[in-house]
Amino acid sequence: MTALSKPARWEQFFWPLFATGLLLAAWHYGVIWSKTPVFPSPLAVKKGIVELLHKHVLWAYIGDSLRRVGIGYGIAVIVGVPLGLALGWYPAALQVVNPVIQILRPISPIAWVPIAIVMFGIGDSPAVFLVFLSAFFPIVVACVSGVSNVQTVFRRVGRNFGLSPQQLLTRVVFPAALPQILIGLRIALGIAWLVVVAAEMIAVDSGLGYLVMDSRNSGKRYDLVVAAMLMIGVIGLALDIGMRRLETMRSVRWGYRA
Amino acid sequence: MGELGLSTKAVAPLPVRSGVKLHLEHVGVVFEGDGKRVPVLEDINLDISEGEFVCLVGPSGCGKSTLLNVMGGFLPPTSGTTTIDGKAVHGPDPRRILVFQEHGVFPWLTVAENIGFGLSGLPRAEREQRIAHYVQLVRLQGFEQSYPSDLSGGMKQRLQVARALAVNPDILYLDEPFGALDSITRLIMRGELLRIWQSEKRTIVFVTHDVDEAVQLADRVVVLSSRPAKIQDILTVDIPHPRNISAPRYLELRDDLLKKIGLAYTA
Repeated sequence: MTALSKPARWEQFFWPLFATGLLLAAWHYGVIWSKTPVFPSPLAVKKGIVELLHKHVLWAYIGDSLRRVGIGYGIAVIVGVPLGLALGWYPAALQVVNPVIQILRPISPIAWVPIAIVMFGIGDSPAVFLVFLSAFFPIVVACVSGVSNVQTVFRRVGRNFGLSPQQLLTRVVFPAALPQILIGLRIALGIAWLVVVAAEMIAVDSGLGYLVMDSRNSGKRYDLVVAAMLMIGVIGLALDIGMRRLETMRSVRWGYRA
Repeated sequence: MGELGLSTKAVAPLPVRSGVKLHLEHVGVVFEGDGKRVPVLEDINLDISEGEFVCLVGPSGCGKSTLLNVMGGFLPPTSGTTTIDGKAVHGPDPRRILVFQEHGVFPWLTVAENIGFGLSGLPRAEREQRIAHYVQLVRLQGFEQSYPSDLSGGMKQRLQVARALAVNPDILYLDEPFGALDSITRLIMRGELLRIWQSEKRTIVFVTHDVDEAVQLADRVVVLSSRPAKIQDILTVDIPHPRNISAPRYLELRDDLLKKIGLAYTA
């Protein structure tokens, strides 16, 4: 298999499986040889997942985490996309708001925890708020740059065909910026998934983040800690794959070619 | 050319006088920036008749495209006036479509959707009919549902021309439309454009820096000087189509044009 040749079909499956198997083996024997009292072996983690499934908390927790991401991220999309499009469309407005965005953007959503709790108390709301914050800024920034990167030729064609400013935005600028916007939405969803886990360690008593903390606090069940971590990883991957599928739509695929 | 006029499908009203379509009077453009005033066009006076094919040639960077943008209403001139059918031009208008050198088609729309872009006001059946007609005219049958990324450079330019013609413009402005194509495709596209022009009879203003292209296509060739551009000369090409590009009269006109442009082009 050289760098240029396309790997054969069996190789596409074999090598990743092989690497995963190797990692699991290294993990397994690493745990045995080091005689670590804390870190669970893969088998213990598997048992932990089965135990969680039997106690029926796993599905409920996954549902809670996904719901918080769904609401927080959903609001960020509904508010962030129109705002980003508008700011990209009116550079004068962007100039006014940009300093505020640039200052708020690099603040980790976790730093908002105290304020989130003061504002929203305990429960879903502060977690949803943190998820919203984490997704909001990447979405706005992606939309602004998507719109301002639209080739002037496209806008001129739109004007030439007699489009009103509103039609120009919906029929030319938005579809032209969509490939870049979708990348922003995907990155934002990844961040939202990172943040919901952190948020659930603080203000709520359900969800995968809570499961991680709770498993440690109640009886140092590191098998369950790692089991929860694995679930977080798998779901994060599934979300990312789902978003990537959007990027293969025919009407946006042109935007990802060099 | 006047008696051939517009095709019967044209929605645009016929001009009162079948003579002058586009009239430029003392048009001048000055670009201002960094406190400097750069004159680009100076005192351009030109009449283009209904149905005429006019090429604008001149050294690169002389302001050919600027002049086209003024005609198209994209750029208000610093001085002078542009009138079409006796009415002043104040901005772009679907009755006059500009075709760009590159990236003019919308990559997020299929071939059919691109051609239908300017037809959203029409009833569905009529829109479909027009799309089918122009797909056929530019020979893109079988590609209706393809996206521009699947088309060659020449096909994309044909698509752009089809999208422009679909809204029944009375003038087509083409800004070096074949400039990004390889030389063989360019030759083919000239033939295609002539065929389309003869079947659809529109007024065409065509910017090029290719002397052969100009002599092969145009009724008249307008030669612009280097910046600030003035009309240096106007050459009438009195050879009927299809033109034999090795005929003595063709070569004579071509040499004539080269001379008018100056030594820079013969080097």
